[in-house]
Amino acid sequence: MQSLQKISSRFIPLRIENVDTDQIIPARFLKATTKDGFGKNLFRDWRYENDDENKPKSDFVLNQKQYSGAILVAAKNFGCGSSREHAAWSIQDYGFKVVVSSFFADIFKNNALNNGVLPVTVSDAFLQQIFAQGAEDTLTVDLAAQTITIDATGALETFEINSYKKTCMLNGYDDIDYLLNMKSEIEAYEKK
Amino acid sequence: MGKTLFEKIWDKHVVKQIEDGPSVVYIDKHFIHEVTSPQAFSGIEKRGVPIFRPQQIVATADHNVPTMNQELPIKDALSKFQVDTLIENCKKHGVELYGLGHKYQGIVHVIGPELGITQPGMTIVCGDSHTSTHGAFGSIAFGIGTSEVEMVFASQCIMQSKPKVMRINIDGVLKNGVVSKDIILYIIAQISASGATGYFVEYAGSAIRALSMEARMTICNMSIEMGARGGMIAPDQTTFDYIKGRLFAPQGADWDQKLVQWSALYTDADAKFDVEINIKAEDIEPMITYGTNPGMGLSVRGTLPTMERFSDATEKQNYEKALKYMGLTAGQSLLGMPVQNVFIGSCTNSRIEDFRLVASIIKGKQKDPNIKTLIVPGSQEVAKQIKAEGLDKIFADAGVEIRQAGCSACLGMNEDKIPAGEYCISTSNRNFEGRQGAGARTLLASPLTAAAALLTGKITDIRDIL
Ligand code: SF4
Repeated sequence: MQSLQKISSRFIPLRIENVDTDQIIPARFLKATTKDGFGKNLFRDWRYENDDENKPKSDFVLNQKQYSGAILVAAKNFGCGSSREHAAWSIQDYGFKVVVSSFFADIFKNNALNNGVLPVTVSDAFLQQIFAQGAEDTLTVDLAAQTITIDATGALETFEINSYKKTCMLNGYDDIDYLLNMKSEIEAYEKK
Repeated sequence: MGKTLFEKIWDKHVVKQIEDGPSVVYIDKHFIHEVTSPQAFSGIEKRGVPIFRPQQIVATADHNVPTMNQELPIKDALSKFQVDTLIENCKKHGVELYGLGHKYQGIVHVIGPELGITQPGMTIVCGDSHTSTHGAFGSIAFGIGTSEVEMVFASQCIMQSKPKVMRINIDGVLKNGVVSKDIILYIIAQISASGATGYFVEYAGSAIRALSMEARMTICNMSIEMGARGGMIAPDQTTFDYIKGRLFAPQGADWDQKLVQWSALYTDADAKFDVEINIKAEDIEPMITYGTNPGMGLSVRGTLPTMERFSDATEKQNYEKALKYMGLTAGQSLLGMPVQNVFIGSCTNSRIEDFRLVASIIKGKQKDPNIKTLIVPGSQEVAKQIKAEGLDKIFADAGVEIRQAGCSACLGMNEDKIPAGEYCISTSNRNFEGRQGAGARTLLASPLTAAAALLTGKITDIRDIL
């Protein structure tokens, strides 16, 4: 897993609530047996007319040239629905390092963290402030300090993350490394 | 202070509590299927570690399988490769596989309970969000991502933060024509598609106690559709009667001992929940969804919200987007609207009781000539039972074909899809955009409401034909 410490970037505003994982990556792309190359199918059916890469839908933010950056900002209840980790893989593969929303679905949040994508939960009011920014404005996310800042206005909010996950993310460790080191404790538990 | 059912099971399975971090939770049973397991298998291979407890894993192929001519090779090359990869991986790692052609094959959440693998007090995971189904037996069962599948492969444990607990009490007697699918659609419509995010839900109350195991599974199945990590129901005599005698159920002295343990699995009278919700069974009507998330549901006789109901600009925009996708207008009623497809199946409603229910409605009648159907049992066992009970005759006489077991049109991944722009009354669990195929318009409902539409070709209140 890649580590993440601090990032300043423009962002892509996705003003849609309840973005479910079927939208993030439609089921027909789940036939892969590796984790690679999902980025090109991220939000596939919102991005293209009739699944045709030559016909990008101009009303969808990923197709609007003025927007760019490694931070995706979405309205509430992002990542609901299926447990498919392919959703996190596609977001990561597309180049996002952080997803900001006022509310995340549980399984997606775990999947993102397990793939080095940081989910940042902000208040509704702060989310609206971000959406009010221009396309050139940037956000700074500092994991060590657990803060997110709108650079143009200096508005800042702190976000929650448990210290275990934070350490993993800062160092690029994953849970499996941790669990593999616990084998004797697990065996002892089984004997109880 | 007493403990909740959830806490009793959780506490017993915590191997270690990481300070200001998640708990390391031991997993009793791990189900896998072809879609969310390949990257986990290659993950442990890359690390060079074996599967820690292969005998605690059960695999099946369900998402990609065709529901006709299953004896022939799968036509879609990618689907075939994924199913073949599962076979290969299970063989290599010593995992029991009930694959295509096996008499126990079926949708993972149908076969677990049916084979008696799912039991009270267990922790159960699967790389599939509807793992919540198994909670109907009084187990902690939840969906996980592929990295977590890899964790369980490597260590039989998972890292989880302890969720908050919510209890939903449904007391009273259900009205005629109202079944368990309506209960859960009603709850989700009340609390929204994110109303239980962060919670584990226990369903309780006299209306829940009165339900059969299969009906309880339908409710727990859709817990994830309101954001809950999982749902559960305390085991009781109904649960024990269901499990007894099944293939992997405990036997003899082992059964007696298990029964004692299982009987202690209930929420203590003085236990505290973070949230409690009370619902009167009498308030629940036959339900249907109109939008693009399962929270957008109403009574089949109701009208869609008007635009004025939304004050928030983003909410308004989202409602408009859903209406546009569904081809519906604010304020309209759905009753009498023609539909083109009926799908009866999925891990929510593809068990024998669902087929009995539908058969009881269509018996001696003809399906509407304009309706296309996908009627799909959840497992080979269910298919077998349909035949044994002669239900297949009732369906055939009504002009309806029964297909072979699989996830089918629940998700647009296999051959069964709903054409763009067409409406489908579906007994499945998700009405997301494109879920049943690009452009497909899904209306979630109970098997009874689906059966009614099968006969009339329209959205119908089942009580009008009962
Ligand atoms: S039936 Fe549908 S929801 Fe259930 S496991 Fe299959 S695809 Fe998932």
